[in-house]
Amino acid sequence: MLDILKSFEIFLQDTGGGETYLQWLLQAWGWTLAVSFAAWIVAIIVGVTVGVLRTLPNRYIAFIGNTWTEIFRNIPLLVQIFIWYHVVPSLFLSLKDLPSFALVFVGLGLFTSARIAEQVKAGIESLSKGQLQASLALGLTRTQAYRFVLLPQAFRIIVPPLTSESMSIIKNSSVAYAVSISELTMFAMQAGEETAKNIQMFLATTILYAVSALAVNEISKLIERRMQFKTSRVGAK
Amino acid sequence: MNLDFSFFTADVFSSFVLKGLLFSVSLTLVAIIGGIAIGTVIAMMRLSKKWYLQKPAIIYIDTFRSIPLVMVILWFYLLIPILIGKPIGVQLSAFITFTVFQAAYFAEIVRAGVGSVASGQMNAGYALGLTYAQSMRYIILPQAFRNMLPVFMTQSIVLFQDTSLVYAIGAYDLLKGFEVAGKNFNRPTETYLIAAVLYFVICFTVSRLALRVQKRIQIIR
Amino acid sequence: MKVFAVILVSLLMLNVAFAAESKTLKKIKDSGVITMGVRESSGALSYTLGNNKYVGYHVEICEKVLATIQKNLGLKKLEIKYVPVTSQNRMPLIQNGTIDIECGSTTNNIARAKDVSFAVTTFVEEIRIAVKASSGITDIAGLNKKTIATTTGTTTVQTLRKNKKATGLEFKELYGKDHSDAFLLLESGRADAFIMDGTILAGNIARAKNPADFKIVGDVLSVEPIAIMLPKDDAEFKKAVDEPIKAMMKSGEIAKLWDKWFLKPIPPTNTKVNMPANENTKAAWATPNEKPMEEYTVKN
Repeated sequence: MLDILKSFEIFLQDTGGGETYLQWLLQAWGWTLAVSFAAWIVAIIVGVTVGVLRTLPNRYIAFIGNTWTEIFRNIPLLVQIFIWYHVVPSLFLSLKDLPSFALVFVGLGLFTSARIAEQVKAGIESLSKGQLQASLALGLTRTQAYRFVLLPQAFRIIVPPLTSESMSIIKNSSVAYAVSISELTMFAMQAGEETAKNIQMFLATTILYAVSALAVNEISKLIERRMQFKTSRVGAK
Repeated sequence: MNLDFSFFTADVFSSFVLKGLLFSVSLTLVAIIGGIAIGTVIAMMRLSKKWYLQKPAIIYIDTFRSIPLVMVILWFYLLIPILIGKPIGVQLSAFITFTVFQAAYFAEIVRAGVGSVASGQMNAGYALGLTYAQSMRYIILPQAFRNMLPVFMTQSIVLFQDTSLVYAIGAYDLLKGFEVAGKNFNRPTETYLIAAVLYFVICFTVSRLALRVQKRIQIIR
Repeated sequence: MKVFAVILVSLLMLNVAFAAESKTLKKIKDSGVITMGVRESSGALSYTLGNNKYVGYHVEICEKVLATIQKNLGLKKLEIKYVPVTSQNRMPLIQNGTIDIECGSTTNNIARAKDVSFAVTTFVEEIRIAVKASSGITDIAGLNKKTIATTTGTTTVQTLRKNKKATGLEFKELYGKDHSDAFLLLESGRADAFIMDGTILAGNIARAKNPADFKIVGDVLSVEPIAIMLPKDDAEFKKAVDEPIKAMMKSGEIAKLWDKWFLKPIPPTNTKVNMPANENTKAAWATPNEKPMEEYTVKN
């Protein structure tokens, strides 16, 4: 037992670059969180926009929204990331100097946006058609109807699926290592090779992934509870 | 940069890509069948009121759902040989990993599917003198599976796409097939684009199929 | 007849001696099987041709060693089981006895020598710099403020880190997920240099569309003795492996093997790695030793 504990002393060893493996591990965690968070922002903004567009009566706009969703949903994330990294810069040379961090979070964000768009569309469509008609009859514009009537209700419905998408972003950010971001998965493979202590490195990495995903889950539960509280109060009036 | 797709002949497809395609498809099929079988058992444990069945199921599901698949692939590839005392190839390792991993996701789908069947049905089963297990087996699960079919199909698309992650242990999947071809002919840009198109065609077809199945089920319901 | 008996008795005694002292040799003798750990793609050292067929410089050395061991043990038949290993699982597998001998591309260093044993060094790898021939970069100083590619999961990443600290140079690292990916970073202009094992650089350049576009420049950044890996604390087995290797070094056979794998066209594509044996490797052949990486010094 003591031996097992002692084997974790490896984290206090110098990596050769003037820092310990523990410091490197925490930095890698930072990269994972940074990629995930930036991608999440992109995913929410684009996902909600596309999701709303897909419910509009204009057939052309809806078609564009649907095409967007199908393209980003039906190609593996890894292939999409490689296309952003290797293909896009070779077609548009000006993008060559863009750091891989930007390419990865945009790629991961757009991939996830298709899934969120799907949830938003389903959320809005799950509301009865009468809601939109009633809002329009009250003299609200279509924008106002979405802003004040449809979206607030739709969001309550889609918070649970959004939670699982947000947790997926953290997990999916592990593909970033394929394009040179030193995040947790890259740390696990690299530090495992350098120290010949794969199990310890994998364990630390896995725990940090689980902690991150769990934190997202708890935050979402909090939001979910808040939203429910608000509605029940409105209903009570 | 001008693109040149002329190198990608039927011969290149059959000597580089086909092998990977077959592996990705068989990995998907094995993980679906194995995953649904194990997943159903775990879902039943999860729905059980006995803590010693429920708790392990919850741990199983939560663990696999909070770790990236790449890490799970790396873990299994590292641990299985140490546990059983002999190395297994990358392919077998991938089959085992995907089945065990997908089981956690399928378990949640099955649980939701069971929840989609009206609870009165279970009571009706009891009233007919069936046990819990019998009602599950003959009344609830058949309906649950029918309701779940579209979700299973959607999950299978995700699964098929995820097979590309076996690059972490160097298995030869569909994406690897394209990569090797791209490197041998020095046309990486073009091969990634062809790969994207092929994945899209396969996944899009299955997702359309899922939509049709869903419509038919709605009519039955 | 009498001579025969003497030979038989001495052979038997030899076997008893082996059996008493070496677990591995006893296992090989009893089962008639040896399990050899090999790599799927470690350059010309150890790689697969598909269909469970493994070849390469180290694989061939091991096969010759095993032929000698078979003769010494008096076995009529020795079956070699080839088991592909990775850099992640090769150490645990040799420790738990799954593989008896690993013929891949493992660096002999102090950390590993605590858990496993190494045969005499058969090859000394040098970490080098590959650049585009047109870049004008001639040494590591020329990499200041440049972007350098290397491969995830290799000790080179650590070497690079140490060099960065020691030289005070500023550069950005890019990590390819495998060697050909890292080479692609150099080829596509995303990186200005690719730093890796000399043999791997040479192999990638040889396979490039236009090999003349690239060259290997500057000093050696680090040297790593590569050796066949054996179970720890089995001196008798190590001796049985070392003796034939030393004999090959003495007779010049090992130099011929080098030429076969590193200078002549090799399967499956019949391209050449095109890498003559370096001075460190020749020194290791002249005076066989098992010095770990830490005992080598690099002239800068």
